[in-house]
Amino acid sequence: MLRTLLPASTILCAILLPLTGHAARLDELKSLNLELPSSDMTFPDGAGADAMNGNCLACHSADHMLNQPTLPRKVWEEVVDKMINAYKAPITPQDAATVVDYLARTKGTM
Amino acid sequence: MQNRDVLVRRMTRRLLLGAAGMGGLALLPAPARAEETVDLRVPGGPSTRPITTAYAQKGRMILQRTSPPWLETPFEVFDKGVFTPNHQHYVSWHWANFPSEIDVDKFRLTVRGHVNQTLSLSTKDILHGLPRVELAAVSQCAGNSRIYMQPRVPGAQWANGSMSNALWTGVRLKDVLDRAGVKPGALQVRFGGLDEPVVSDAPKFMKSLAIDHARDGEVMIAFGMNGEQLQLLNGFPLKLIVPGWCAVYWIKMLNDIEVLDQPDTNYWTVTGYRVPDTPHNTVNPGRTGFKLVPVTRNFPRSFITNIRSGDMVPVGTPAPARGIAFGGDCGVARVDLSIDSGKSWHPTQLGKDEGEYGFRQWQTQFTLPSRGEHTLMIRCTNTNGEAQPDFPVWNPAGYMRNTIESSHVVAA
Repeated sequence: MLRTLLPASTILCAILLPLTGHAARLDELKSLNLELPSSDMTFPDGAGADAMNGNCLACHSADHMLNQPTLPRKVWEEVVDKMINAYKAPITPQDAATVVDYLARTKGTM
Repeated sequence: MQNRDVLVRRMTRRLLLGAAGMGGLALLPAPARAEETVDLRVPGGPSTRPITTAYAQKGRMILQRTSPPWLETPFEVFDKGVFTPNHQHYVSWHWANFPSEIDVDKFRLTVRGHVNQTLSLSTKDILHGLPRVELAAVSQCAGNSRIYMQPRVPGAQWANGSMSNALWTGVRLKDVLDRAGVKPGALQVRFGGLDEPVVSDAPKFMKSLAIDHARDGEVMIAFGMNGEQLQLLNGFPLKLIVPGWCAVYWIKMLNDIEVLDQPDTNYWTVTGYRVPDTPHNTVNPGRTGFKLVPVTRNFPRSFITNIRSGDMVPVGTPAPARGIAFGGDCGVARVDLSIDSGKSWHPTQLGKDEGEYGFRQWQTQFTLPSRGEHTLMIRCTNTNGEAQPDFPVWNPAGYMRNTIESSHVVAA
C-alpha cells in the first residue's frame, strides 16, 4: 500500500506545485497604496541659489544637479535651454542667465 | 563637494526621520552621521552616492536622484544570478507626477485610434481574457554607464546598474491589437502611461513603435516580474516590454495604446533620445554636423562580476572569473576573456540559456603568469556576429555605451 501511495503522492505534488507557484500568485493583482520619499533639499547657498531653488526644484530634486560632473559653460547653456524649450520650464530670460551662471560657477570646467 | 555631502546627508536623514530636529542633527559628530555610500569610481567626480532603503518595495539601491526617482542596482547584485531580484530592479522616471496609489479595480487600459473598436480593458481582462506568455528580457536604460563617458556629458550619471533582467509575465501586444482590430493603413502604435509632466505644457512621456514591430508577437504587456506583480516603481500594474530594445520604450503604468495612421510627432519620438547615425553611434567629441537617429535596439555587453579593479589575484594559480553578458537584440554566441589587455582572447563557458533577451552567465578560470599589474577584459559576441567594440563609444547625450569593459588587477 505504501509503495503505491508514495508514487501517487509524488505525482500529485508534481501536478499541484506549479499551480501554487508563480501562476497562481498572478491570478489577480492587488491594489497598491504606497508612500514615496520626497526631497526638501535646496541648492548650496551662493549667488543665484534663489533662482536655482525657484526654477529647478518643481520638476526634480537638487541631487539631480549635484550629481552632475563639471561641464563647460556652453554645455550648461544647452542644458538650461533644453529645460526651457523642450521641457517647458517657465524660467524668465533673466533667471535663465542667473541659473547658467550658478551652474558654471559651481559645476564648471576652467 | 562639502556642501553636497552635507546636503545629501541631511536629505537622507529627512527621508528616514522626517523633517523634525534638523538643526540638532546637523551638529552631531561625524560617526553618528555616517551612512552607507557607494563609490562609483569615476574620474572627476562626484563619485559617491548614498545607498537608500527608503523606497517602497525596494531594498538597497544607489540613490542617483530622489525625485523623480533614479535608483540604480548595486553592481554586486549582478554576481548573484541572471535574474535581478525585484527589490533591486533599477528605477527611472522622467516626470515626478505619477501615482503611488493604484486601485486595480478602477484601472483601465485603453486601446484606441486607427482600430475597428476602442477597448477599455481591466486588469482582469488582461490576466484572464488573453493567452499568457513569459519571456526573460533585460531592461536597460539607453544612458546606462553614462558616468564613464570621457569627456563627461550631462544627464543621469548612471554607472553600470541601470539595467536589470526579469522573467516577464503578460500577454502579447499583438493579441490586444487584434482584439481591437487594427485598420488598414496603420503606421505606428503609441504608448503612454499614468505619469504626467509637472509643467502642464511639457511633453507627456510617450513612445511609439512601427506597426509591424508592435505586432511581431514578442512585444508584450507585462503584469508580472519574476513571478510577482510588477513593483510600483517599475510600472505597476502594466508595463510594455519591448524585448531587445532600450528601456525608454518600456512604458510604465501603461494605460493608453493609440494606433496611428500618421507618423507620431510627439517630442519623445521625434526629438528625444537621439544618437549619431554613425557606426556604434559614436563620434569624436567636438564633432558637429552628424545626422541624429533615435535609440532603438540594445547592443551586446558583458561584465566581470566577481573581480573589481584594484583587486589582488594570486600569481601563477588558477583563479575563477565569472559574470554576465547579454546579446542586445539577440542571444549571446560567446564571451571571451583577455588577461593581457586585449592581445589574446580565451573562450569562457556559458551558463544556462534562459532566453535570448536575458542575461547569460559566463565563467572560466585564468592564471596570471607574472607579478604586477594586469588588465582583464571581457567581450561578448552576439548570435548576429556583433562583438563589443574595443574603442570608447562617445556621443553628446551619453547613450548606448557598450565598450569592452576592463578590470585592472594586481597579481601577487
